[in-house]
Amino acid sequence: MEISDLSVTDLQARLRARELSPLDALDAIESRIAAVDPQVQAYLSRDLEAARSEAERADVTLPLGGVPIGIKDVINVTGQPCTAGSKMLESYRAPYDATVIAKLRAAGAIPFGRLNMDEFAMGSSTENSAFHPTRNPWDLTRIPGGSSGGSAAAVAAREAFAALGSDTGGSIRQPAALCGCVGLKPTYGRVSRYGLVAFASSLDQIGPLARTTRDCGLLLNAISGRDPMDSTSLDEPVGDCTALLGHDINGERRFRLGIPKEYFVDGMDPQVRAAVEAAIKHCESLGAELVEVSLPHTEFAVGVYYIIATAEASANLARFDGVRYGHRAEAPKDLLDHYKRTREEGFGGEVKRRIILGTYVLSSGYYDAYYLRAQKVRTLIRRDFTAAFEKVDALVCPTSPDLAFKLGERTDDPLRMYLADIFTIAANLAGICGVSVPCGFGSSETDGVRLPIGLQFLGKPFDEARLLQVAHAYEQSTGWHKASPPL
Amino acid sequence: MSPELDVRYVANLARIDLSEAEIAQFQSQLGRVLAYVEQLNQVDVSHVEPTAHANEIDNVFRSDETKPGLEKRAALANAPHSANGLVMVTKVVE
Repeated sequence: MEISDLSVTDLQARLRARELSPLDALDAIESRIAAVDPQVQAYLSRDLEAARSEAERADVTLPLGGVPIGIKDVINVTGQPCTAGSKMLESYRAPYDATVIAKLRAAGAIPFGRLNMDEFAMGSSTENSAFHPTRNPWDLTRIPGGSSGGSAAAVAAREAFAALGSDTGGSIRQPAALCGCVGLKPTYGRVSRYGLVAFASSLDQIGPLARTTRDCGLLLNAISGRDPMDSTSLDEPVGDCTALLGHDINGERRFRLGIPKEYFVDGMDPQVRAAVEAAIKHCESLGAELVEVSLPHTEFAVGVYYIIATAEASANLARFDGVRYGHRAEAPKDLLDHYKRTREEGFGGEVKRRIILGTYVLSSGYYDAYYLRAQKVRTLIRRDFTAAFEKVDALVCPTSPDLAFKLGERTDDPLRMYLADIFTIAANLAGICGVSVPCGFGSSETDGVRLPIGLQFLGKPFDEARLLQVAHAYEQSTGWHKASPPL
Repeated sequence: MSPELDVRYVANLARIDLSEAEIAQFQSQLGRVLAYVEQLNQVDVSHVEPTAHANEIDNVFRSDETKPGLEKRAALANAPHSANGLVMVTKVVE
């Protein structure tokens, strides 16, 4: 086994036993990147010098001591680029550490490498990166999912031990599913967003992508907690979200797992359906009690999301005015021309499309019909989950209705691309936590290549420990997470 | 609500120049998205409060204390145009 194949947990054991040094770990990742990233293209930039000097003084006794962690290029790390996948921020250098980065450093981790993404986290394929697309490590002609496609591809391709991503409508869980790794979206308010380039502030959460549920739990432990710099972060006890790993789901009280019937719709890939149904049976065989539940407003989630998320984005992205940072148009003839050309030149097509939609649904005469109505339907979607969680401990469903699709296959059809998020969006609207774990493979109908399938567990707010308990029980008894792509 | 989106008008509100090709493309793509979200009209929301975000917290207070912020040089380092310790902007008065 190569060093780069180790999980974070196993790497730490070797670091603490002094069998490996943090520099060995970093060098192993760097040489793996050199070998496979020319094909996968998960990284946008790396600062090996900075990481090496941190590795030299790393304290391996800390919870993540000496572990290099890849960072989605939307989270500020002092002195590093933070492009958000956009020409708008191509020359920006972060002047401060995001709270999650300060917390990772306090836990001994080494932020290393900037990972590709859809521009401003808007997309489900990473094709909206202004710089280059990232390839799925299982089939280089296919997308890795998005928007945290670089993070998922790097973890799956063994060119990062773990990574941070951000999830506004599924941007951690969907690429984790399509690349065959584990991706966790924490509860809204669990993790500070200070230093995250904002997309839709009522939905955004930062979370980990890793090779195992335990590794995701270790990263979540490190980054969680109330932060005075983000007033939406809540003062809930952080605890240890790995505390229940290995606890039997068939214990004194059987784990109750809800199957939302609206999540098994026509039109999903039959291979995804078969793998997820087999996974649910497997959970039953481990002792979980299966309960059918209904989330009756599921069909409205995508519509609600694309109103609320674009409205919030149009407001958040108003800050890109070419004044204090970011791109500025040359020789504007007046201030209006300065704004309009700066934003025309700096933003890509999908970002412009969403700003237009978001501006429209907030504009005079349309606010009540679109935005306010969407916020009310959002209340109903939240209530669906609250009611379901009175009956069950967690929900289980597919992460994505499809296998990874070909590059370019959906770029002309935004609505079809938006519908790829159908199973992940509601968790963001409701603010609950969710995790995707590998649950098998399908094969592409054209060339028979093996492509990963993701199983999604959704948990109660601030109940990540139980969410990871059931995901871990499934993962450890099947071993799908051990498969690695043929690179 | 019916799809009455005028992309050219909204692009001006959003302060983005768009090419004629982009205007035509967005008009048809966003028209389809708006037609899709029409389905929200089927939902009875007459007695439902809106959700602004998922956690029901109201005001969040902290003590009003001065703390060090970004150093001036760091704050200016990303400005596209600065001089004399100031961000230079496009002329706004005649």
